[in-house]
Amino acid sequence: MSLLRCLSRPVFAGARRQISTTAATRSDALFVHRDTPYNNTKIAFEFSPENLKKAQQVIARYPPQYKKAAVIPLLDLGQRQNKGWTSISVMDYIAKLLEMTPMRVYEVATFYTMFNREPIGQHFVQVCTTTPCMLRGSTEILDTVCSHLGGIHAGQTTKDGKFTVIEVECQGACSNAPMLVVGDDFYEDLTPETTKKIIDSFARGEVPKPGPQSGRQTSENSAGLTALTSKPYGPGEFCQPDFQ
Amino acid sequence: MLRLVSTVSRPTSTGLLGKVVASSHTQNCTRRPFSSTSPKQADITLTVDGKEVTVPQGSALIQACEAAGSTIPRFCYHDRLAIAGNCRMCLVEVERSPKPVASCAMPAMPGSKVWTNTPLVHEAREGVMEFLLANHPLDCPICDQGGECDLQDQSMRYGSDRTRFHEITGKRAVENKDLGPLVKTSMNRCIQCTRCVRFANEVAGVEELGTTGRGNDMQIGMYVEKTMNSELSGNIVDLCPVGALTSKPYAYHARPWELKNTESVDVLDAVGSNIRVDSRGVQVMRIQPRTNDDVNEEWISDKTRYAYDGLKFQRLTTPLIKQGDRFVAASWEDALNAIATGLAASGAKDNEIQAIAGHLADTESLVALKDLVNKLGSDNLALDQVNGTSSPVHGIDIRSNYLFNSTIPGVEQADAILLVGTNPRHEAAVLNSRIRKSWLHTSLEVGLIGERVDTAYGYEYLGADAKALTDFVSGKGEFAKKFAAAKRPLIIVGSSLAEHPDGQGVYGQLAKFVEANKSKLVTPEWNGFSVLQRAASRSAAYDIGFTPSKKASETKPKFIYLLNADEVDPKSIPENAFVVYQGHHGDIGAQLADVCLPGAAYTEKSVTWVNTEGRAQLGRTAVPPPGAARDDWKVIRALSEIVGSPLPYDDVLTLRDRMWDISPSLVRYDITESTSTDVALVGLKTLSAKANAKVSGEKFLKPITNFYQTDVISRASVTMADCTKAFVKNEKEEFSNLGKGPQAAFA
Repeated sequence: MSLLRCLSRPVFAGARRQISTTAATRSDALFVHRDTPYNNTKIAFEFSPENLKKAQQVIARYPPQYKKAAVIPLLDLGQRQNKGWTSISVMDYIAKLLEMTPMRVYEVATFYTMFNREPIGQHFVQVCTTTPCMLRGSTEILDTVCSHLGGIHAGQTTKDGKFTVIEVECQGACSNAPMLVVGDDFYEDLTPETTKKIIDSFARGEVPKPGPQSGRQTSENSAGLTALTSKPYGPGEFCQPDFQ
Repeated sequence: MLRLVSTVSRPTSTGLLGKVVASSHTQNCTRRPFSSTSPKQADITLTVDGKEVTVPQGSALIQACEAAGSTIPRFCYHDRLAIAGNCRMCLVEVERSPKPVASCAMPAMPGSKVWTNTPLVHEAREGVMEFLLANHPLDCPICDQGGECDLQDQSMRYGSDRTRFHEITGKRAVENKDLGPLVKTSMNRCIQCTRCVRFANEVAGVEELGTTGRGNDMQIGMYVEKTMNSELSGNIVDLCPVGALTSKPYAYHARPWELKNTESVDVLDAVGSNIRVDSRGVQVMRIQPRTNDDVNEEWISDKTRYAYDGLKFQRLTTPLIKQGDRFVAASWEDALNAIATGLAASGAKDNEIQAIAGHLADTESLVALKDLVNKLGSDNLALDQVNGTSSPVHGIDIRSNYLFNSTIPGVEQADAILLVGTNPRHEAAVLNSRIRKSWLHTSLEVGLIGERVDTAYGYEYLGADAKALTDFVSGKGEFAKKFAAAKRPLIIVGSSLAEHPDGQGVYGQLAKFVEANKSKLVTPEWNGFSVLQRAASRSAAYDIGFTPSKKASETKPKFIYLLNADEVDPKSIPENAFVVYQGHHGDIGAQLADVCLPGAAYTEKSVTWVNTEGRAQLGRTAVPPPGAARDDWKVIRALSEIVGSPLPYDDVLTLRDRMWDISPSLVRYDITESTSTDVALVGLKTLSAKANAKVSGEKFLKPITNFYQTDVISRASVTMADCTKAFVKNEKEEFSNLGKGPQAAFA
């Protein structure tokens, strides 16, 4: 017995038992605000005169007591003016403009994922990885984008600040899968080659033509038309002679 | 993001009062969007678990189930808050419904058949519970909520006995928020019921609290770093069904099953909130609210809840006699003899014997002291307030002149409120939440004459002095017109107005106005002239006539008896007077005294308190008084023996008989007795006779500048000092570092 105890002692001393063994799952984004040099309440933000005019138009759509209904379009307007991201100053400004408690604006801005609460690059590349795109090879597209931009990961920005890549959920362009979004434009029917081309032309400062990159017209059947192949008839055809 | 909350919160509510007041355009366009109090409709009948039950139309299904006696588990539903319907714990089975129904968010329908105890319901509850526990830490042994945790109780009752989650991905981790020195957060435990958010937005008026993120990332907080600055913040600790929000001062101090619960009454303001004093041994461990819909609903203010640690410090535990410049501990006999000798030596006769009653003097001891002083031939009964040594301007002959006649629940019926020289948020925080509730849900209009303050609801600012009142009375201004058009107008007069140099004139003008509009303001159903007292003892003191006669108020006292009087101006006490202090804390009053007699604090005696409505309530003894301290009225009774004019009562029952003789309302507990219209009008007549008294035009100042420290108990409280630092002085302090710095000797 005593031998056993002697043997067992170093074992216990070596392997200290942890009290908590549950791993923590953390969010991919921060849902509280932290003051940083580039994002704090002291940085002033105000709509430019054109945007203020647009904002007034948006506000005018709603009854005056429901002014706060304009919060999402206004946040979007603010995000566009603020280089693609919604800083705390943007949110505070919109709260003031709509006479809302700032927290109500924060709630909206943190709820919707399309409001970026951290700065992004000049070109915001959003690669869809939802099921239809995934089945059509979006994993490869995402890998191509990431490796072509110097081996960054989804969620990161290139060192020169030109590109930010993120994975997004379905953008509703499943018939043209796989696809990615740069800014407001959809680039569809992608292959690794066309993806590289798109990235390259953005890097050169050009804007490639949005839409399907395979050359087909919107989401028409890529194997050619199977229905409605005849010439569509024009006005007056097949009518009584009186009406022709 | 909580839909229901965002609909109730009005854009221009807190902190923006300048804006509310400044622009009339804002006023018009930010009318409350929805009226959520629907008129009472016909009753409907439905069947719950085979039992027929009748409930008013518009009730939630959960209420119908409760009415039928079926208990429904719930986390997010709370009958005083808006319905959120996000915890899904209250699922029940409804006939012809394909899925279980969340009973809190489902209106009860006539003729529907509901089951709350079927296999489907059991399975649904078990499933919901499983999801709630998936991210809930298993730290019950070190959680302060343990023993009174809804999640713990309901998981035992309704949960599964084993888990299917093996935590491969780990549990959700959320960082803790710093809400200030009162509320401790442990956000990992949060189940996102949003009760705290709804309370803060609807009741407390803290619209900075909300939910950020979505889905699994959703968390409660303020997004930016901020403390929760509200007088009612402690209530979110009670509301939290889990241990996410717990009390910081009480952290790790006790477990609920160790505590003795004593139902009592709060005395730190004049509302008379119903409380439950939780004590262990001789110590008060915490104070919780007790539901009383006529007074405080379910809420209590932070001062009521957290000032209890002041009961431990600065206490007078033994009689003290001043010798030279220091106090020497003495026996009761010596101390009482010293007073008798001092009284004789001072040569005080008749009105030269003065008694001053403070904020925390109980009714029994007030009666005993008045009887004793009267027996000694004096009428010099002063109150511990500005101008307390002269008879109050509103007189004490008619009760309705100094009471809150509309009653506290009556505030919710008012459709126009004029606040004169008062900030109810600090003078009666719980009452203020009722005004806010009414302001949110009805078209209530509020006007304020006095110092500009943040009231947690919008108001029209009429001015700071008597001139603004003259304008109002003469019908000038928009608010006066709204007030005239109101069906149930209410004037709330602050207690500080009686202390104001213009008090007489202001009371006179108001009384004249009320008389002129008596068809609306003084009717058998409604008395719209209410005085808001702020000291717990004041209404009782007025009721028993604890005020000096005119002759007495002009006499310079030679012997002064301070009963819990700690607001006295030391300069007002004559140099050579003999001063006795009776009370429970060594504060200003004790410093002035020649002899100190230790009394009992409100948790240590069973006495009567009369609140601002004139509602007599019985406080109960939770813990014994410390050391040699004794019940206050017994001390006075003993002293009467020594000074040679014994009082005719030996026990509390005969003393209460005496109180009955003075005013039966003092011993008719828990009810308010309204003054009849005729008598109230007579009272107003006495006031309006002086309507032409000269006014100096001095501004009305708010009587309470620091809500957290208003009396001896809260001044001795460490927690209240922390609150003062954090909320009044706005000093940023790392509360999490509190334990690391140099500590006070008590810790």
